[in-house]
Amino acid sequence: MSLRITFSTTGRILRQLRHDRRTVGLLIAVPALLLTLLYFMFDNAGSTFDRIALVMLGVFPFVIMFLVTSIAMLRERTTGTLERLLTTPLGKLDLLFGYGLAFGLAAAVQATVAVAAAFLLLGLDTAGNVGLVVLIAVVNAVLGVALGLFCSAFARTEFQAVQFLPVVVIPQLLLCGLFVPRAQMAGWLQAVADVMPLSYAVEALAQVGAHPDPTTTMWRGLTVVAGAAIIALVLAAATLRRRTP
Amino acid sequence: MTSAIEVRDLVVDRGRRRVLHGIGCSVPAGSVVGLLGPSGSGKTTLIRAIVGVQIVKSGTVTVLGEPAGSAALRRTVGYVTQAPSVYADLTVRENARYFASLYGLSAAAADRAIADVGLADAAGQLVGNLSGGQRSRASLGCAMIGKPRLLVLDEPTVGQDPVLRADLWAKFHALAAEGTTLLVSSHVMDEAGRCDRLLLIREGRLIGDDSPAAIRAATGTDDLEAAFLHLIRDSEQVAA
Repeated sequence: MSLRITFSTTGRILRQLRHDRRTVGLLIAVPALLLTLLYFMFDNAGSTFDRIALVMLGVFPFVIMFLVTSIAMLRERTTGTLERLLTTPLGKLDLLFGYGLAFGLAAAVQATVAVAAAFLLLGLDTAGNVGLVVLIAVVNAVLGVALGLFCSAFARTEFQAVQFLPVVVIPQLLLCGLFVPRAQMAGWLQAVADVMPLSYAVEALAQVGAHPDPTTTMWRGLTVVAGAAIIALVLAAATLRRRTP
Repeated sequence: MTSAIEVRDLVVDRGRRRVLHGIGCSVPAGSVVGLLGPSGSGKTTLIRAIVGVQIVKSGTVTVLGEPAGSAALRRTVGYVTQAPSVYADLTVRENARYFASLYGLSAAAADRAIADVGLADAAGQLVGNLSGGQRSRASLGCAMIGKPRLLVLDEPTVGQDPVLRADLWAKFHALAAEGTTLLVSSHVMDEAGRCDRLLLIREGRLIGDDSPAAIRAATGTDDLEAAFLHLIRDSEQVAA
């Protein structure tokens, strides 16, 4: 692995993104707009907006970056750029960490805008520091990127790649504690939720919502998500083959 | 003369189909070698084996003294795939600079390569907005940046205008004169005459491996297309 190549790959991916202004616009505006929608939905429901909006600040970057990365990586495969890159001095991890870094940075911008909209315009309130919300959102985005890179190895077409969203993302969303608190679910469902990284992200966000200072549970949750992201990136590297049939 | 590429008894299966049936050939260093054959004959598979991205069933491929695909070769072998493999959503210059950075080379080296393939005027354009011919030249330019000792080009001249095609072939020979080895595939016979040496491939078997002059002499015809036909008939008689 080479830092120089990793960073130049990150720069290349960000440059690709910059040429696609509509995607940039969607990336930045959509989470904030969806939060606004939530705000009006829960206009008269007291603290429900605070609870749900906080979880959504972690969920949006995860879902969006998963989708964007699956398609981006699939494009590398189908246009032949991946085959070419693998005949150059670029290492597999240079490419994967390059993606993680590039979309992680994009997620940081996205999360900052969404968090600013939520706290300044929509009156979201947390006991803990706003910066921690952004941090958890970015780590979640990197998890989305890592899982997207990994899953794209199993997709041959864009149709298949998009189908991994319901397979990988929606179960995590259903079980993360947003709809039903995890403690109230059947034991076996709790066990499933316990091995899903998004559950820990939601838990960490709830901790920021409830406690003025960062708690051990929050740091544990964040560490689990970051660890899952690293594991997914390394697994993705294992699916990248220099030689193909 | 030392050889840049040595292929021995190479057998490749793709899916359940055998694509290469025991190919053996060698490519002398510092020459322009044409890999000629109809579409579907196994040219791309042979090329992929040489750059080390093809899973092979049996046989060996040695490139610049190392097994094909070795880490050391990633700095010395340039590869241009048949479909232009450059980023359509980047400009020509951004593409070239990215590929230059992979070899630790400067932006100036990238700009020189763009000029070399005649794209200096289009450097600021998005690759996606270029014509097919320009796009494949952008892809070629990106492979030439690292000054590779071996350039493997899969149909680089398809869709180029005749003047540019002549320029590209002149460029290939200039590179060969500096010591670079070039393996260039084509399915157009009129390009065969521009090569120092020809490998003729059909249905996964090598049916000719010689200089154009020797092939013309052996088959008793001046026309390489006719010579190819002659060799095909010979090989079919041997098989029958």
